[in-house]
Amino acid sequence: MEIPAIVGAGLAVIGVGIGIGQIGGKAMEAMARQPEMYGKLQTAMLIAAALIEGIGFAALFAV
Amino acid sequence: MAKKLVFSVLIVLVANFLWASASPVKDTVSTYTAEEKADQKKSKIKEDIKHHLQDSHDFHLFTDETTGKHYGFPLPVILWDEELHVFMSSEFHHGENIVQSKDKYYELHHGKIHRTDESGNPVYKIDKDGKYLIDKNGNKIELKPIDFSITKNVFMIMVISLMLFIMLFRTNKSYKKRGHLPSGIGRFIEPIILYVRDDIAIPNIGKKHYRKYMGFLLTVFFFVWLVNLFGLTPIGVNITNNIAVTFCLALLTYLITIFTAKKTYWLHLIDPLGNTMPWIAKIPLYILLVPIELLGTIIKPFSLMIRLYANITAGHIVLMSLIGMMFVFNNWIGSSLSFLLAFTLGILELLVAALQAYIFTMLSAVYFGSAVAEHEHDEEH
Repeated sequence: MEIPAIVGAGLAVIGVGIGIGQIGGKAMEAMARQPEMYGKLQTAMLIAAALIEGIGFAALFAV
Repeated sequence: MAKKLVFSVLIVLVANFLWASASPVKDTVSTYTAEEKADQKKSKIKEDIKHHLQDSHDFHLFTDETTGKHYGFPLPVILWDEELHVFMSSEFHHGENIVQSKDKYYELHHGKIHRTDESGNPVYKIDKDGKYLIDKNGNKIELKPIDFSITKNVFMIMVISLMLFIMLFRTNKSYKKRGHLPSGIGRFIEPIILYVRDDIAIPNIGKKHYRKYMGFLLTVFFFVWLVNLFGLTPIGVNITNNIAVTFCLALLTYLITIFTAKKTYWLHLIDPLGNTMPWIAKIPLYILLVPIELLGTIIKPFSLMIRLYANITAGHIVLMSLIGMMFVFNNWIGSSLSFLLAFTLGILELLVAALQAYIFTMLSAVYFGSAVAEHEHDEEH
């Protein structure tokens, strides 16, 4: 493991964290605004979060 | 209620402190300084984690540190090396012995079976003139048997499949006996099946086509869920930690997608924009767009594979490191803090086990949905 690789993976994970945080926060907001859409929003949120998470893992495994 | 909860948590904490101070970890070697001991423990923990993440040829439960005795049971080794070799893995004596099977010799080295000669030296590939064959890097190529052994993972997959079989057949039987009211384990299974049908399959695939995918979706959901839960038990199996397992699951999703895909799916792949613009305008776009769409069909199952594998592996590594930290700290405050952390993370891992099964099933359903979708693409844009 070289230091640049570790730093790169860290940066990628920061990006992923920001992305998933955005998704979660926005989904929360939307759920509060329209509680009847709860189920659909949750599904969409999980799918989007899972897709972004994949990038994070790819970065971690590249180290 | 809240008072009671706080009180019981306090009792558990105090009990933990008392227990920790009453039974200090015995140090077998007392000549080392504290720092050296911590270093030894750290490397031991690293080794243990590495060992835990690997598949093995015997079912190892635990080791008695004072006597160095291993407890567990052996599993059959099945090798194909010009002819079939079958023997129990106990004959290796945890990698210390060389096993003779028919006229060939094998040894277990770091969880992999190698061919050796009588005295335990590796055997290399030889061409007709008696010269060693050499690979690209100039190393000799070792002769390796093809390993079909029933390893720990394979064994546990069999056990879990059997459990699923019994559970689901009992559910099935209870419907035959009592009509629409399930009994026994069926009461636990029915809501989950209904959830997979009503919240995963129907919204993503559609009412018209969902039935033929239900078998696969339910099997994958229960299998991944149970396998992940077994990974959290102290027997220390981790099947979804093995990328071959998740690869096969993702491959099944991929094959089902492409073999049940309707004409519109393929049409969408090679002509994503449809009749929305004249064909001359499409050509420069499609040079980029079509390869991306085609690549996307492979990337989707690939990401399924990586996601499940990486989530479970990362969870196990973090959980085991936190448990290991208890022994590195070896004092009241640090150990109980890392115990609390490990405990909380363990509960989180229970959630992750179910969540990963859910996401795998959900994304499979989304891909199946895109394969059978008959939406009028032209009207949408």
